[in-house]
Amino acid sequence: MTGKAREVDVLIVGAGPAGLAAGAELAAAGAGRVEILEREQEAGGIPRHCHHGGFGGRVDRSAYAWASATGSTYARRGTTGPSYARRSVAAAAAAGAALRTGVTATGWAGPRTLETTGPAGLERITARAVILATGARERPRGARLIPGTRPPGVYTTGELQQAVHLYGQRIGTRAVVVGDEPVSHAAAATLHAAGVHLVAVVTDRTAPALRLRNPRVPLLTGATVTELMGRTRLSGVALRHDDGRTTTLRCDTVVLTGDFVPDHELARRGGILLDPGTRGPAYDAAHRTSLPGVFAVGNLLHAVEHAGYAAQEGRAVAVPVLHRLAGTEEPAGGGRRIVVDAPLRWIAPNVTGPDGTRPQGDRFVLRTERRLPRPLLVVSQDGRELHRQRLRAAAVPGRPFHLPADWADRVDRDGTAVRITAR
Amino acid sequence: MTVTLTTAGPLHPDGGAEGTYDVTVVGAGVVGAAVARELARHRLRTALIDAADDIGDGTSKANTAILHTGFDAVPGSLEARLVREGRDLLAAYATETGIPVERVGALLVAWDEDQLAALPGLRDKAARNGYHASRIIDAEELRAREPHLGPGALGALDVPDESIICPWTTPLAFATQAVRGGVHLHLNCRVLDITTDADTHTLTTSRGPLRTRFLVNAAGLHADEVDRLLGHDVFTVTPRRGQLVVFDKLARPLVSHILLPVPGPAGKGVLVAPTVFGNVLLGPTAEELDDKTATGSTADGIRFLREKGRRIVPALLDEEVTAVYAGLRAATGQEDYRIQEYPGLRYVAVGGIRSTGLTASMAIGRHVMELLTAVGLDPGEPHDLPPLTMPGLGEAFTRPYRDAALIAGDPAYGTLVCHCEQVSLGEIRDALASTIPPHSPDGLRRRTRARGGRCQGFYCGAAVRALFEEERP
Repeated sequence: MTGKAREVDVLIVGAGPAGLAAGAELAAAGAGRVEILEREQEAGGIPRHCHHGGFGGRVDRSAYAWASATGSTYARRGTTGPSYARRSVAAAAAAGAALRTGVTATGWAGPRTLETTGPAGLERITARAVILATGARERPRGARLIPGTRPPGVYTTGELQQAVHLYGQRIGTRAVVVGDEPVSHAAAATLHAAGVHLVAVVTDRTAPALRLRNPRVPLLTGATVTELMGRTRLSGVALRHDDGRTTTLRCDTVVLTGDFVPDHELARRGGILLDPGTRGPAYDAAHRTSLPGVFAVGNLLHAVEHAGYAAQEGRAVAVPVLHRLAGTEEPAGGGRRIVVDAPLRWIAPNVTGPDGTRPQGDRFVLRTERRLPRPLLVVSQDGRELHRQRLRAAAVPGRPFHLPADWADRVDRDGTAVRITAR
Repeated sequence: MTVTLTTAGPLHPDGGAEGTYDVTVVGAGVVGAAVARELARHRLRTALIDAADDIGDGTSKANTAILHTGFDAVPGSLEARLVREGRDLLAAYATETGIPVERVGALLVAWDEDQLAALPGLRDKAARNGYHASRIIDAEELRAREPHLGPGALGALDVPDESIICPWTTPLAFATQAVRGGVHLHLNCRVLDITTDADTHTLTTSRGPLRTRFLVNAAGLHADEVDRLLGHDVFTVTPRRGQLVVFDKLARPLVSHILLPVPGPAGKGVLVAPTVFGNVLLGPTAEELDDKTATGSTADGIRFLREKGRRIVPALLDEEVTAVYAGLRAATGQEDYRIQEYPGLRYVAVGGIRSTGLTASMAIGRHVMELLTAVGLDPGEPHDLPPLTMPGLGEAFTRPYRDAALIAGDPAYGTLVCHCEQVSLGEIRDALASTIPPHSPDGLRRRTRARGGRCQGFYCGAAVRALFEEERP
């Protein structure tokens, strides 16, 4: 490949909430040439097609507001996704960040040099600091290993929302939503907006995390999808209930929701170490990855948190990036890995910060595989207990919960990995 | 160039004597398309018909995508000969037309002493099939060449010329050249009945009658049914289902060769192989069924493949799965192709073309041409077909998004629509306007890779559908 070579101070990959916030903050702080690459034709990220309220409100809990279908009080705060996306784009541009849409980072030509493709041709952009903000996606049917035929009519929420809200496409007439996360309720709301009859919401969990607003829609708990049926069009979804019963739901549309996975391809192609739990780059409280000068923010790190949280991470990365540009960055290598034991799924950040730096909000984010009523969390390193705390609320799959970072300065920099257990 | 491709309405060969084709090929899979391409080299009125809305929509679209050397064929069989001839023909054709092929080589891995002891016999069998380049390598060399192989491998038979090929571009290239060469392609055209008189077959199809002097039956899974319509009861096609798992491109560095098991009494077994799109394939299962439409995957099938895969390349199982699919091979209970000519009937049956059919396709095309001549067709002198260049889908070659000159000439090749597969607007536009355009988003995927990647449409699904519907509402 040939291409024009250029240099910038900060190169940000991805113009979703995290990347735009990072760009706005760094440009405003005088970081020099700050460039944000977005492979879509329009910047803004996932909120562009989330036509529900709750983005950027005072409490900024759009994850819960995603569940506008549930009538959550949060949904009345803030604004819609598209409006939030426009505001974020405008803020980055006003701060002086250069936003380039329709440009894809296709690979690496050096430690902080990215190769790009766009209608204007190929480029090789070298930056003093690179920030990866490539986001997350829902696992599609194949990755979930759902057997059966492969007819049209099978969606993820992301595809469904774009089809309905950005393209006004026909969907179907009878739909089943698989999943029980906030995004599942957003999918239900989108189906409703598209005039599709919702046959049922199906979850393999025994107790629902969120309640549906519409009590007439059956919520089938403890049910696993065993087969998709149909030839020219989806004709049904076969289920197996926990008690062994089997059912077939007749429908022409199924939406597979949640089960987010970081879009880590660029990170992996760059040789960045991943965390086995989150499947995003391993990172410390300063958002540093294993590659010097390469930072990561947003849902690439921990699929999936709400837009406001991703934007906070974008803003938070500005300080360590400015240190990097000024040559006052903490030396790398001091961080210890933080690992979790089952039933915990992951923790983020998952490397201890330089000199005991604490994560934003002074707390770590965790997820669990199964429901834990008032879990006792124990932090230890090399058999030495650093911290022990009983949470006041239940930890529920599909929703974040938090561990205060009080113990971060007690980590032995010469020790091995820090371990978190829950019971 | 006059192109005739119809998908609806009655079937009229233009200018034919009383509307009669010289030759009709039933089945536009890789074999039927290869036969049609061969016929296009002659001044004949030829029809290629298929029940589906696309070419290669049956067995051809869902296979293991290997360009075989034929080293393990049954020596002396028709299959062995046609695979041997076909591999060279197709390799040359692929170079000429841009069908992606990578000569990655195969390793038949021995996991126990019995299998290790079987390797010399396999090497000798390869030699009897005219393939002399295979050799036995020890555990150490095997480990050096495939460092991610699971523990316990004792050695392997190295077959350096075994290659991977694009299963979708191949029949499309054949059919495109055939159609540009004057062959009429009729899709959505299912054969319901056949009546035969002294010099004409009349096919009753779902789109009305079609008359033809000569008939080639390349109907794949349905070849036995078409054969019965002509009064024969020679073979029965039993669908043998093969389920396959496609792993993400990030898994590609884990596997360098086509990793084959040593064949045992239970058949050829499960392989792990790279694909020309840069993924890794695990499969197939081998399930004897009686339903020719059972192309669904099953929980048992997926579990079985994952167990096998875990033994072969353990790290593969930690990678994301891009897709799971199933294909049906046309097994006939006889371990050879069933290609048979019927002089009195002006008819050639091409049945039992199993997984090697992709490799053998061009040789089968030539062979059928000879048989047609033997049953009375006077094809006249052949002429060369105009050269053809297919869109480059192969990951090992320069794809349009990496081609600075191409993008400079047309920015649409730098405008990416499908991010996972890096498919540009230019390629989608070209496919929609091509000689044989797709009639479904899946057809578009097989021509461009659009929405065939790890996100399966999370990002681009709606955009690709919009482009498709704009062109073909």
